[in-house]
Amino acid sequence: MATLAATEDHAIKGPAKAIQPTWVRIMHWINAVAIILMITSGWQIYNASPLFGFTFSRSITLGGWLAGGLLWHFAAMWLLMINGLAYLVTGFATRRFRKKLLPISPKGVLADLKAALTFRLGHDDLSTYNHVQRLLYAGIIVVGIVIVLSGLSIWKPVQLQYLTALFGGYDVARYVHFVCMSLICLFLIVHVVLAILVPKSLRAMIIGR
Amino acid sequence: MARKRSLLIPGVDKRLLIKDAMKAMPDLTRRRFITTGASLSALTLLTGCDVLDSDSAEQMLAQVSKFNDAVQSWIFNPNTLAPTYPESAITKPFPFNAYYDLDDAPEIDGKDWKLEVRGLVENKKSWTLDELYKLPQVKQITRLICVEGWSVIGSWTGTPLRDFLKLIGADTRAKYVWFQCADKDGYNSPLDMETALHPQTQMAFKFADEILPRAYGYPMRIRVPTKLGFKNPKYVVSMEVTNDYKGGYWEDQGYNSFSGS
Repeated sequence: MATLAATEDHAIKGPAKAIQPTWVRIMHWINAVAIILMITSGWQIYNASPLFGFTFSRSITLGGWLAGGLLWHFAAMWLLMINGLAYLVTGFATRRFRKKLLPISPKGVLADLKAALTFRLGHDDLSTYNHVQRLLYAGIIVVGIVIVLSGLSIWKPVQLQYLTALFGGYDVARYVHFVCMSLICLFLIVHVVLAILVPKSLRAMIIGR
Repeated sequence: MARKRSLLIPGVDKRLLIKDAMKAMPDLTRRRFITTGASLSALTLLTGCDVLDSDSAEQMLAQVSKFNDAVQSWIFNPNTLAPTYPESAITKPFPFNAYYDLDDAPEIDGKDWKLEVRGLVENKKSWTLDELYKLPQVKQITRLICVEGWSVIGSWTGTPLRDFLKLIGADTRAKYVWFQCADKDGYNSPLDMETALHPQTQMAFKFADEILPRAYGYPMRIRVPTKLGFKNPKYVVSMEVTNDYKGGYWEDQGYNSFSGS
């Protein structure tokens, strides 16, 4: 009886506030498209002069050959950079970063990680991130900034030579760029697996609730 | 937190409440979720098979590449010098690199060779190698970056292109200097005037203090430390000062035309 009454009570209140605000959802999916284009075209470019003893299968690279990969990479970079910049500005301006991603404590991360690995981590309140999420989301923002800066220093090692020098020179910047890509891929695997395990989080990122 | 508290009702089990609320949620939201999901997968299908390979995508990419030419031209600072390196940094052995084997590289007889000068210049006389060797030369140790990603450091000696353009009375308000080469299939490449006038852009006649060997573009290579390697034509036979974009061997195949470093 009590639950029934509660349902009616809730219905009168109207729809709850969105878990993910519209701007987050729009930018998230633009970023998702941009990052996939950047990674798959980046693999194409990597294949022209591999840093390690392997290349990426043609079936997962974008552009057909080096010129095509470069065209995609230098087109999608605008999508990634403009969207990313807008996200950073809005994230700071609305204080979303501070509210959602802070504080992160080593103790909290360890406790939440333990709970997650034993499947005891709660997901009832999607509007609050646990410490592991905070660490990963804050970390991937930093990686995103580093991958753009290292990319710029590979693209413009003369005009932006101080930036390139900051990364230890042109050749080292290529490795930094590659490591950041690898970190993003690892993040994506965890991110997608968890979104599938907690489908309502995926729904919240699409319709907001 | 305030929001959370207002949802708590005394005497009502929190978890049951949420379960109930979920049940009460109109079907519409669920349906919206599914349709959004469906359209997302439709997008990936489209991008995988249709959009990415279609002519419209290619046109879009070509447009963006032109836009990127303009952006790079804007970023290009004519006073910014490419970093230079000590002799000890020179890559050894320095690679031969072309779209053909070294055996197919042009074999040019320096005595017969002449540099043709065409287009918007006052003096269109051709130049012999001996005449060119008499011009003042400078040595630069710089990094050559290939469009493929790898890089090498080399030492090139030659005449600054801007000095030569001045000497022949070139109209430096023109947009391009277009180079033609002796490579098989006819290599050529346009160089924007701003870069042609950059102090480090040179007509290189020597590599590592020796007359340019066949592998590195004998008798003359245009060395542009502010551009990717393919914008550094070897085995040059003519230069034309022009306002027309005449395309280039790799540029026509899709490499970005400005390709500045």
